[in-house]
Amino acid sequence: MLTVLVDYDSGNLHSAQKAFERMAREVGGGEVLVSSRPEDVARADRVVLPGDGAFPACRRQLDAFTGLYEAIEEAVQAKGRPFLGICVGMQMMASKGHEYETVDGFGWIPGDVVKIEPDDRSLKVPHMGWNDLVIERAHPVLEGIHTGDHAYFVHSYQFRVADTGHRLAHCLYGGDITAIVGRDNMVGTQFHPEKSQAAGLRLIANFLRWDP
Amino acid sequence: MLKTRIIPCLDVADGRVVKGVNFVDLVDAGDPVESARAYDAAGADELCFLDIHATHENRGTMYDLATRTAEQCFMPLTIGGGVRTVEDVRNLLLAGADKVSFNSAAVADPDVVARAADKFGSQCIVCAIDAKTVSPGKWEIFTHGGRKSTGIDAVEFARTVTAKGAGEILLTSMDRDGTRAGFNIPLTRAIADAVDVPVIASGGVGNLDHLVEGVVEGHASAVLAASIFHFGDYTIREAKDHMARAGIPMRLT
Repeated sequence: MLTVLVDYDSGNLHSAQKAFERMAREVGGGEVLVSSRPEDVARADRVVLPGDGAFPACRRQLDAFTGLYEAIEEAVQAKGRPFLGICVGMQMMASKGHEYETVDGFGWIPGDVVKIEPDDRSLKVPHMGWNDLVIERAHPVLEGIHTGDHAYFVHSYQFRVADTGHRLAHCLYGGDITAIVGRDNMVGTQFHPEKSQAAGLRLIANFLRWDP
Repeated sequence: MLKTRIIPCLDVADGRVVKGVNFVDLVDAGDPVESARAYDAAGADELCFLDIHATHENRGTMYDLATRTAEQCFMPLTIGGGVRTVEDVRNLLLAGADKVSFNSAAVADPDVVARAADKFGSQCIVCAIDAKTVSPGKWEIFTHGGRKSTGIDAVEFARTVTAKGAGEILLTSMDRDGTRAGFNIPLTRAIADAVDVPVIASGGVGNLDHLVEGVVEGHASAVLAASIFHFGDYTIREAKDHMARAGIPMRLT
């Protein structure tokens, strides 16, 4: 069993790698590999796509690695491998991102990534820190994670899904903010599970055991 | 609802905690990683390491520290002290830091904040501001541990660095730092109200009411403290309970 954390030079994968390795040991989840090689993604049993920074920069950075996006799409869409997107890695599952400029996402989950505009002007953007999850629907990756559990967020844009059936959880920040999306063999978290202590580690363990 | 964060800060020199942490029975109270683990278990919301003797020669110890902490603590880690270039930021992020804090380098050249934010995203770029009262309602940036005046207005500077992409401000009142007399509330509120990004209040915490004041009156999004936690005066949990009783949303789980 091989889980590949896709490294396309977008931020720090160290804590994600350590969190996945630790939970893989605990649940017998096999090997964890950080790689930017399309051939590693092609042989992966699970694919994790992190992402820090701006949507257009992440998209361009990913496309700068020849064949990498195609390998991810082949693994996730054609072969149905379980996929987890984290932060901007989750946002790129959308149809389009509108951060500084409009850029195409993967189009896996219909919707748009738009600026957070809290209805309370005293709320700061970025939405940074611990917020409590409101679980909207049951999912194997959310087993043992409950409404009220906290996760660590840091983002200024959010994923507005077109079909609320694709939203698994949200949090409240001057309006609701999409926290977890899911469809078929794909899930994505706006928050950082690798920095979210117990709830985050549980989600990672669930993902490593998930058989969609 | 977003929770107010409590951030213990560890001063580190040459890879060792400068003032030992004695709130739990640590085998080695001078080991930053062991202290970080203890704070992780105690429910701290984030951690901050400040390299107080940062020199080019001892950078390696900070990278090693970031790596070892990130292996064991699955919570956000900010590292500051002696960060001068985009390359310094890159090396600390790669080593395992989640956020990196500029201080005097941003005063000398605010564009370094823009270059780092463009490269790595605002979410991981903190700008530390050390400010001192020069007259009522007026604060200036001081560098070199508060010894050197720059003539730069602190509120203006906060606006400048956030416009350049700083994702968070770590505001220390040099008038209050180490006094245990409480945060400089007018300064904290002036900066917090002037910028859109979160402001972490620092400098002067002596009791738990001070933490409440920093948030309720100072409008800070997070509070940073060192000695009240390191010396065991209060636990993180006591601080959170106290703030929650004052009506501040806290992460109590």
